[in-house]
Amino acid sequence: MTKQFRRFLAAVALLVPVAGFASEGGVHLDKAPVNLRDVEGLQRGAQTFANYCLSCHGAINMRYNRLQDIGLTEDQIKANLMFATDKVGDPMKVAMQAHDAKEWFGATPPDLSLIARSRGADWLYTYLRGFYRDDSRPTGWNNLAFDKVGMPHVLWELQGIQEPVYKTVKGHDGKDEKVLEGLKLVKPGLLTQVGENNQYDQHEFDKRVGDLVSYLVYMGEPAQVKRQQIGYGVLLFLLFILIPITYLLKKEYWRDVH
Amino acid sequence: MSKAQQVGQQVLNWVDDRFPLTSTWKAHVSEYYAPKNFNFWYFFGSLAMLVLVIQIVTGIFLTMNYKPDGSLIPGTNVSVAFNSVEYIMRDVAGGWIIRYMHSTGASMFFVVVYLHMFRGLIYGSYQKPRELVWVFGTLIFLCLMAEAFLGYLLPWGQMSFWGAQVIVNLFASLPIIGPDLSTFIRGDFVVSDVTLNRFFALHVIAVPLVLLALVVAHLVALHEVGSNNPDGVEIKKNKDPKTGIPLDGIPFHPYYTVKDIFGVAVFLAVFTTIVFFFPNMFGYFLEDNNFIPADPLKTPPHIAPVWYFTPFYAILRAIPSFLGTQVWGVLAMGAAVVVIAFLPWLDRSPVKSIRYRPAFFKWILAVFLVAFFGLGILGALPPDGLRTILSQVFSVIYFAFFLGMPFYTRWGQTLPVPERVTDTNGRRQMIFGILMLVTFLGAAIFAKLV
Repeated sequence: MTKQFRRFLAAVALLVPVAGFASEGGVHLDKAPVNLRDVEGLQRGAQTFANYCLSCHGAINMRYNRLQDIGLTEDQIKANLMFATDKVGDPMKVAMQAHDAKEWFGATPPDLSLIARSRGADWLYTYLRGFYRDDSRPTGWNNLAFDKVGMPHVLWELQGIQEPVYKTVKGHDGKDEKVLEGLKLVKPGLLTQVGENNQYDQHEFDKRVGDLVSYLVYMGEPAQVKRQQIGYGVLLFLLFILIPITYLLKKEYWRDVH
Repeated sequence: MSKAQQVGQQVLNWVDDRFPLTSTWKAHVSEYYAPKNFNFWYFFGSLAMLVLVIQIVTGIFLTMNYKPDGSLIPGTNVSVAFNSVEYIMRDVAGGWIIRYMHSTGASMFFVVVYLHMFRGLIYGSYQKPRELVWVFGTLIFLCLMAEAFLGYLLPWGQMSFWGAQVIVNLFASLPIIGPDLSTFIRGDFVVSDVTLNRFFALHVIAVPLVLLALVVAHLVALHEVGSNNPDGVEIKKNKDPKTGIPLDGIPFHPYYTVKDIFGVAVFLAVFTTIVFFFPNMFGYFLEDNNFIPADPLKTPPHIAPVWYFTPFYAILRAIPSFLGTQVWGVLAMGAAVVVIAFLPWLDRSPVKSIRYRPAFFKWILAVFLVAFFGLGILGALPPDGLRTILSQVFSVIYFAFFLGMPFYTRWGQTLPVPERVTDTNGRRQMIFGILMLVTFLGAAIFAKLV
């Protein structure tokens, strides 16, 4: 192919994007500290999940005894995590009936088995830390990542209470508009503190939510750590054994061609 | 000859007297003479066969645990079908690897088939006498699209459900028969359990049977006329006067079998990297929203087809509705696929290979590639004013490339085609590599900015 053609292609590649424009924005998502190798963190996440999530949300695809993956024994699982059933092979079903839930919250709480795969870890991490007081909502809570959410702030005793901070900006029509700028902790919970000068420390709470999100990511695909481990073996075999052997075989056979 | 070999020969003779085993093997493998100058592009035919086998084998194992049942598990919003896929992912031994091989295989099938088709395009492999090879190939592509669409409904996630809803509704826009036709396809007034069951039947048996028959036809037709090559030289024109074997031909086995096995090993490295490390492929192979169980009452804000359909989907959306109907977009999308089959009669160039075509043809091909990539990117994004205009421009280019072919392929000075095939050329390979890189980088930048 000619040099001209090459130049032409390069020009096309450079010129076409000039017509582009920025993509629309959304809520800024905080990076979730997901660590699937931290067994203790995953266990804490599982416990938080069983204590705070499982009463309203199910995880129909997750069996209790699968938690042996993250270093728990069947006895530990039975003693600490199982409230809705006594069979360790059962899936994490929710005690609440779907139609009751719909009446109470306006929508049936989604099953959480795959929530980390559909929403993404960062969204969950931002969402679970983004509840704030809003008296206009039936539950008294609203959320930064999910406006007018039906779910109340179930982790409030850990986080405490956040209130919204508004700033005033000039709107499109020149009038002043109140825009949600961020959240401020006004009442500390079990894992947060408000110090002097209203400096607040959510470090421990963030860590706990991080553990919970890690657990949700694990639960989205329990085989994923093993998947990668096998993957390394497969790739090493292909790259260092099969590809070189088949290449040499091809070379050997093709010596007499030409 | 040892005793064992003698027995083996006797068994073979016994079979050959009753069934053309040795002669078929010779005609299609050990004495099928292929041009010796096949390059990189000639791996994708055998790779498509490999992926077909992967899809059939993994598919068989998936059907052993998959349940095409749209009813909800009591007390939940999760259907039996959706749950059975997750059951495979979690409780079936090795289930996740089988399922990821199948889902990755679906996308990789299109990757290798698109590359295989592009090979035909650049080396004129559809020209006389290979018109039927190309037509069978186009039918395979059509079957593959049907197969992918039908299979995508089976996990019964949000994208499965709403994607099927959108596509089946397209048929409703056809005049007179449209509404009844779409109801006939669904078997219900909305996509439902009935639809899931029939799509399952079509996906696991009906379309695969047609697909296999077409693959056989594609290969039989190819072996009848012989393979084309990067020079577009007919190797059958220069035969050894004594043996009648083409001078530039080498037996498919062992030369191309060992070469293709090497290709398979390299392909598997890519394939397994995806299966084991990026099974979602950043939402392109498995869409995030498809991990939400199907909910007929909740339409997702943005419904995009999987990446391999997006070029055609972009054409569909680019055509505005007029005369009170949206059927034009549907017709254009259909035409965009069908027009490919007519390539052998649209191309009037006296030479086959791009190597000997006039320089401007390469420019035209480059513009076509940019339009095709552009459509693919735009089809995955929610539409807005500028994107619609870009899609319209690219759609016009797409059709102009095919419909203008009878004219522009006759212009310009072709280069002299050699008598015999030529060797690979390092410079040509390098330029080609740079071109591919530029195209992909350009596409990536375009996707980022649009």
